[in-house]
Order: sequence, then C-alpha cells, then structure tokens
Amino acid sequence: MTLVTEIDYGTPASKSEKTVTLTIDGVEVTVPEGTSIMRAAMEVGTKIPKLCATDSVEAFGSCRLCLVEIEGRAGTPASCTTPAMNGLVVHTQNSRLKQLRRGVMELYISDHPLDCLTCAANGDCELQDMAGAVGLRDVRYGYDGANHVFAKSKDGAANDAWMPKDETNPYFTYDPSKCIVCNRCVRACEEVQGTFALTIAGRGFESRVSPGMSEDFLDSECVSCGACVQACPTATLSEKSLIDIGQPEHSVVTTCAYCGVGCAFKAEMRGEEVVRMVPYKDGKANRGHSCVKGRFAWGYATHKERILKPMVRDKITDPWRETTWEEAIGRVVSEFKRIQYQFGREAVGGITSSRCTNEETFLVQKLIRAGFGVNNVDTCARVCHSPTGYGLRTAFGTSAGTQDFDSVEDSDVMLVIGANPTDAHPVFASRMKKRLRAGAKLIVVDPRRIDLVRSAHIEASHHLPLLPGTNVAVLTAMAHVIVTEGLVNEKFVRERCELDDFQEWAAFVSEERNSPEAVAKFTGVDPAELRAAARLYATGGNAAIYYGLGVTEHSQGSTTVMAIANLAMVTGNLGRRGVGVNPLRGQNNVQGACDMGSFPHELSGYRHISDDTTRTMFEEFWGAKLNPEPGLRIPNMLDAAVEGTFKGIYIQGEDILQSDPDTRHVSAGLAAMECVVVQDLFLNETANYAHVFLPGSTFLEKDGTFTNAERRIQLVRKVMTPLNGYADWEITQLLAHGFGLDWKYAHPSEIMDEIAALTPTFKNVSFKKIEEMGSVQWPCNDANPEGSPIMHATTFARGKGKFMLTEYVPTDERTGPRFPLLLTTGRILSQYNVGAQTRRTDNVMWHEEDRLEIHPHDAEQRGIKEGDWVRIQSRAGETALRALITDRVAPGVVYTTFHHPMTQANVITTDFSDWATNCPEYKVTAVQVGLSNGPTQYQEDYEAFAQASRRIAAVEAAE
Amino acid sequence: MQQHDKLVMMANQIAKFFEAQGEVRAVPQIAKHIQDFWDPRMRRGILEHVASGGAGLDPLALAAIRKLHPAPQVSAHQA
Repeated sequence: MTLVTEIDYGTPASKSEKTVTLTIDGVEVTVPEGTSIMRAAMEVGTKIPKLCATDSVEAFGSCRLCLVEIEGRAGTPASCTTPAMNGLVVHTQNSRLKQLRRGVMELYISDHPLDCLTCAANGDCELQDMAGAVGLRDVRYGYDGANHVFAKSKDGAANDAWMPKDETNPYFTYDPSKCIVCNRCVRACEEVQGTFALTIAGRGFESRVSPGMSEDFLDSECVSCGACVQACPTATLSEKSLIDIGQPEHSVVTTCAYCGVGCAFKAEMRGEEVVRMVPYKDGKANRGHSCVKGRFAWGYATHKERILKPMVRDKITDPWRETTWEEAIGRVVSEFKRIQYQFGREAVGGITSSRCTNEETFLVQKLIRAGFGVNNVDTCARVCHSPTGYGLRTAFGTSAGTQDFDSVEDSDVMLVIGANPTDAHPVFASRMKKRLRAGAKLIVVDPRRIDLVRSAHIEASHHLPLLPGTNVAVLTAMAHVIVTEGLVNEKFVRERCELDDFQEWAAFVSEERNSPEAVAKFTGVDPAELRAAARLYATGGNAAIYYGLGVTEHSQGSTTVMAIANLAMVTGNLGRRGVGVNPLRGQNNVQGACDMGSFPHELSGYRHISDDTTRTMFEEFWGAKLNPEPGLRIPNMLDAAVEGTFKGIYIQGEDILQSDPDTRHVSAGLAAMECVVVQDLFLNETANYAHVFLPGSTFLEKDGTFTNAERRIQLVRKVMTPLNGYADWEITQLLAHGFGLDWKYAHPSEIMDEIAALTPTFKNVSFKKIEEMGSVQWPCNDANPEGSPIMHATTFARGKGKFMLTEYVPTDERTGPRFPLLLTTGRILSQYNVGAQTRRTDNVMWHEEDRLEIHPHDAEQRGIKEGDWVRIQSRAGETALRALITDRVAPGVVYTTFHHPMTQANVITTDFSDWATNCPEYKVTAVQVGLSNGPTQYQEDYEAFAQASRRIAAVEAAE
Repeated sequence: MQQHDKLVMMANQIAKFFEAQGEVRAVPQIAKHIQDFWDPRMRRGILEHVASGGAGLDPLALAAIRKLHPAPQVSAHQA
C-alpha cells in the first residue's frame, strides 16, 4: 500500500468553456481560458517550483519562485498569477530562471531552522522539496543576522523577532520560527473556510501569521477546521498526532462518520495506527475541506472507555459481566424467543443506526422483518427528518434532497430555514459562505441569530426571527406574497404541477388571514421584512432552500416541509443547478438508513410494506414470510412497552435515552422491557437499561457505504482490525444465525448487491461502480446509469408536482403564566449529537458543558447573571444548567444544546410530535427559568444511577 | 386509559391537517394515513376507544376511524 497523493495544480481550475492553446517548454497545451500558466504546465506534468501557490486558494504571487520567461515579454512573470493565452511560448527553466530561483530559496533558507532531521515535516516539506528542486547548495548570508529562528543570539541576548510555539490548540501546533509567510494559511482560512481568523500582522521582515489580534490559536476565532494546517507547506502548522507518531506510510480514502455532509478523507496510516485524517481533494461532497470533528476528533476510536467485550446481566441493577460472543448472542436469541412465545410475536423490535453503514442498516431491518417476523423497526430519522420523508414524498414523489452540494455554486439566493450550517454542517456552510461572498443573497428564517446572519464578510439580506412553532404561518405568508403580487412562475406551474391542486392552494394562500400582516401577531415577524424576503426569493434568480431540524422537529414538521416544497414549485426553483429543496441531514448515514428500509411501514427505496408486489419480491429473495402491516415507530414502541405489549429491543448504534424527548417516558419504556440489547462503542445512556451489551466497531474498522444529504453513496474503507473483534454487520449476521437465518455474507459488497437487486433506485449501484466513479448519487439505474446529481429535472418522481394546503395549526405546547418562555434546542460546531464520540476527544476544550442561552431582558427580570446556575422547568420535568446571556435569542426564547448527558435537556422536552410521523417537537417547549444552586436532584440521582449501572464485575481469577 | 388519550391526540392532529381540504376529501385520507402508519395494536386501540364512545375525537377523525379495516389480531404463542 502507498500514500494516496493528489496532484497540486498550484491554482484553482477555471470554469470557462472557452479554451486557449499555448506552448510550455516545447509542449503544446490547451486549457480553459483563465487558467494560470502554472496550472497549464502541471496539466502536462511540468512542476514549476512554487511555495505560496496551492490549488485550494487563489494565486497570490508572493514567493517569486514560480517565475517563467515568456517569449516577447519583458521580465520574468510569476506563472501562478499570469493567465495562459493563445500562442504564448513559455520557458520554465533556463540559466536566468535557475539563478533567480536559487537566490529566492537562499533568502528563505537563511531565515529557517536547519533541523530537518528532527522536524515533523521531514519527508513531507515543500520548502525542503523546493530547496532540492532549485539545487540550493549554499546559503551565503549565514544565520547570524536578523532572524526568526533562534530565541537568543549567539551572545545570549534575547531575539525580539523570535516567537515561541503556540500549542494551545489541542490538535495542531503553530511554530512561528518555521514560517515562511507564504500566506497560504491566511488565505485558506478566508477562502476555503471563510472564518477570517488569521491575518498577517506587521510588515516586511516583521510580518507574522497572527490568529485574531495576535492571540493564541485557542483563544482566537479559529474554528480548528484544519484548512490552514493542510495548506501549510512547512512544519509551521503541524498536526500534533503527526509530531507524535511520524510520517504516514500509506493512506486509504474513506468517508467521515460525523455529519450528513459526508466528507471524503484520506486516513493516513502507519500500520494500523491512524497518523492523521486529511480531507480528500477529489471528495465531491467536501472538495478537500474539513471541520474540527472529521479532521481531528477521531480519538474516540481508541478511547479507554470503549467496550471491547460482550457483556450480559440479568437485571439492570446488577453489574455487567464480561462474556463470550457465543453466550451474549445466545442470550439475545433465547430471550427474544421466550418473549415472543410469552407475549406474542409483535412484542419485539429494533432500531437501526444512522451512524452505521447502509449494509449494516439493511441487515438489521432484514433481521427484524425476516428473523423476528415483525416490522417493529425504526431509526433515528424518526426524531430528525422523518417529516422530510413524508413531506417531500407527498409533493415530489421521493424522499430526499433535490440537489448536489456543488449546486450551491450557481445559487443567487439562499433561503436557510431552521438550520445552523456553520455549526451543524460546517463544511457545506463554508461552501455556502464562499458563494455568499461572491454576491449571492441570503434569507435566514430562524428564532435565533445564527452565525450566518452576520459574520465575516457575510450578511443576510433578511433575517426573520420568528417565534418557535410558527414556521408554517411564515412560509404560507411568503406564498401569499408570491401569489398575490403576481410572482408565480406560471410556465413551471402549468407544465410541471397538478393544476387543480395549484389553483386551490393559490386561493388558500391568498386569503387575507395568511398575509404577512395578519400572521405577524403570532409569528413575531415584521410583515415588511417578510414581504421583502418573499420577493427576493421569487425574483432574485436561482433560489435554493436549505433547511434543517428547525423545520422538521415540530408538531407541524411535515406541513412545513410541504410548505417549503410549495414555495419551490410556485417559483419554479427545481430541476436545475442552483435551486432546489435541500434538507441538511444530521447524521452521517441518516439518508442511507431511511433509504435502506429502516422505517416500520416501508421496505428499501421507500415502498410500503403493504404493497404486495414489493413484499413478495422480498419474501422470495429472503425465503421468509413478511408481515404486511406497518410496525411500531420508536415512540410507539415506548408507549407499547409502558402498556406492557412490547418487551424486547435490539438497538444498534443509537442512544435513545439521551437523544429522544421526554426522558422519563423513554426510561419508563426501557425499564418495562425484559431484554434490551445495545450494540455500541461505549456504555451509552440507553445501556443503563440494557441486559446485553454487544461491543460495536468504528468506521475505521469496517467496509461499507454511507449515503450523505445529497444522496451520494460513498465507500467507507477498513483501515484497522476491529478492536472488538467484529464489524457491526458481522455481529448482526451472528444474531441472524441464532434466529435460524442462513446468511452467508463474506463482505459488505455482497449486501449492497442484494440491496441493488431489491431496490429500483439502487439498481446499478455496486462497490465496483462506486470505486470507479468515486461516489454515486441515487437514483442510479438504467434511466440514470451514472447516478443523479439533480432530481426532478424534467418531471417529478411522482409525475406532476403536488401543492398541498398548509393550514397553520398552533402547537398545543403554549406559553402561559406558569411557563412563559419557549425553549428551543440546537447543536454546536465542536460537538456531535449526543456527544458520545466528541466528548471523548479534546473537542471538549471548546464546549465542556451545555449552557442555557437567555436574552438580557429575560435574565434581568429573573436576576440571572452570566454563568449562574438556572433551573429550567417544563410540564414534563426540570433540569439545571448554567446561563449564557446573549441577544442572539429573542426575548421570550431560550436555547440550549444537548451534547452532554448531565444536561438532561430531554427531561424537559415533551411528548408532542409531528402529526404525520411522530417526529418529536424538540424545538418548542414552554418553560420557566429561575435561579438555582446547582444541578437538580434528578440530575444528581441520574448521575449516581448511571455510575452504578456502568459497573463491570471484576473477572474472578483462575485457580 | 392514558394510552388511548395519546392515540386520540395523534388522530386529531392528523385530522387537523386534512381538514383544510373539506370533509369529503379529508376523511379517506385520514383513514389511509392511519392505515399506512399505525401498527395493528394502535389501530385496535383507537377502534376500542371509538367502540366505548370515542370521547375527545375530532368529528373528522371519528369518521375516518369508522372506515378503518379491522386490524388483524395477534396473540401470544405465535412466534
């Protein structure tokens, strides 16, 4: 195995369709207009020496190493900033250029340490490479003059130009003594990440890279995305893991297991040890960028708390007992069979994991349907994007986002609703910000002033800070403006949509009660701003809607998704680049988990279980009779457990006790079950109620595929042996054998072949195909052999688009004298979901606890000061957190994240849910907030219970 | 029974969405939604509730539930 290396063309690709032809070193080359000479040379394999250029950022022209001669032109222009033109004759090497370059390098090296042998970049240093490339043999200036290299001069005097290493960031170091001030890090922070945390302080010889106002990296605005580290040509910015381990010897391209963006990474390895994760330039979701989670927060994979042996116990009050796989699997099988005999077949079920691969998810639902003989299978999408599935299927005929991420490059207007991409989907947010800086307009609909509303070089044209729970009213009012002001795209509606439905809908939205003025009294949104936003969306050019859980996690989540689809259809913003309806999916494979038939009512490819043709096909393929009735969804399973008709559950990679609403109800449901089986990396919160624990494997330890938010199926590749002994799909297969199923999968690719055979939208998908194409977006079948970057191009999946009436129904969760504030919840950049992974990394340095954001007015009324412990009470329960006083939230609204189990945020969320899918209403809870002395009794009791529950009995010594 | 309260609330929520389309179109769609997404024991539960008077149910929800196919009975010892 070798290192996967990508070609650095020096400058970004030109998108021009016009080409030019020139001659470089006697070789004719044709390139798109606007291509630099440096890039044109690299196209034919000629590496012009360079330091300040790299193709992730625009040309800068500062290092003067890439000089060339052009016949008929004076001087020696920099090839990175000089565009290729028809007929140019370029020479990249002659005695004059050699001498110039050697002079440049001599100056660089005269102010650079010569500790190459002990340097972390040894073997991967562009400065070293260039010294070699230009034939540098001597530095005539010596090292005694002014320099940034030595802390003290030879006579012992302090060197004021020298700066110590900054090691404050947990993942990388900044060593100013090795910096050549090429600006690549500064430009990567601006152009790639869009945070503008870095700058160059000082001028001339005093020029230094400076995080913020000459702060430490950790104290600056830096979001630790790693773009600067990746851009650095020297060891100035180096991963600490690289410094610790040394240069990798091979690398494997794989897919990140954090959010739904699905970044491609190179796992750079030494044997089975990960040296670093480096974003892969050819990854079509991330285009070479990364965030702090995927790039750095993978240490959980080898964390000491990871459970590596199966464990069982009779009662949840007993300590765990480590055991063999045989005993653990045998226990599950005998218990589930007993429960089914005693309480009926329907008394068991399971939950598939949105963090596991498509293949693993498919097997879990197959085991439940064909092995247990029930359809009681669900997945975490229940609590996030199930309304997306229902809403988009109703409107368009299929349950997925319409675009690829590249599409954003052609957007003129972005409407972001109930999503906070810079925290939850950071790598895609960087791509959005890049487009916004280039002139696209932005509308944000969110109760909270998220970072996108106003941050470095980005400002939303309109921010509609609505009251939580009023999405439908605001979106219907936008439709009111579009219809009543004559902004309908009539051609699109006439050709592409059901006309009767449209006319009924247009009459409905035009009613005065749906006008911005009429809804303002309960949405809190300024009607003039709403009208302006609607006009901009309808008339601003290519308009794309991006939305998140702030849309779906409401009583009217599915209605809001339909309202979004209505807006896109009425303005014709579907079926081409730059437009569309784009759900930003939460977990790495939540799209895939839905596609794979994880919902209780449908088989893979979103086909209802009652459909005889589909079911029969599965029955024949699997050799098992399937139940034609829909099964229980997660909240229904818990209800049934409390009621006494549901007794056994197999949960793969999901922590419902922490992530699902109304914790007391979840724990009551789990406690009422007789066999709870948890398969995970760690003893998560749900495992407190488990009887069997099956240790799971990480994404580094298995082969398979993940499907991201743009329907892109990408390979996950095994880079190390599972520490627990088995990949998760192998564990499910062992269970299946226990239930009498004759599975013989030797590799996940065989499972994908089965999925393709059974699922029309996956017909042409195979590991081989994905390997060849790098990734593929479903539908991938005979009609779309290369996959489908953009859906509904000429017709909708259901034929004609369907407008649905979206009557606003206020949630029953209302404020009143007892609970006067509305709590809404969200995420933060450095942590992921329930935090099981990220809390076990140094990411806790950015977010060691969840805080309650509260507006200064509300805080003052209650005598709350920054950092005070406050109690939050709802009708479901109460918890305590420390306050963070900020005007990012409007008066009347409070906000928290839920990454830490001690927070118990879900003790206060209620059991209200979306009308169509039972997706919980996390985003609206009426609460009261008041000062408190510290954690509540419940939090303290829970902590004690959790600790007791995690006890593992010491193994008796052999005699 | 508390369990029935929850089913009633869910049925009413579904009815509220389809209500805008008028009774004639709404009722079959409400019935289909419940048929498609509720497992048999939930459907049995709401049918039991209707049989015992159907308290608290929205009229459209009630009309829809009366149209539900009887849910298959599943008993123990069928595993």
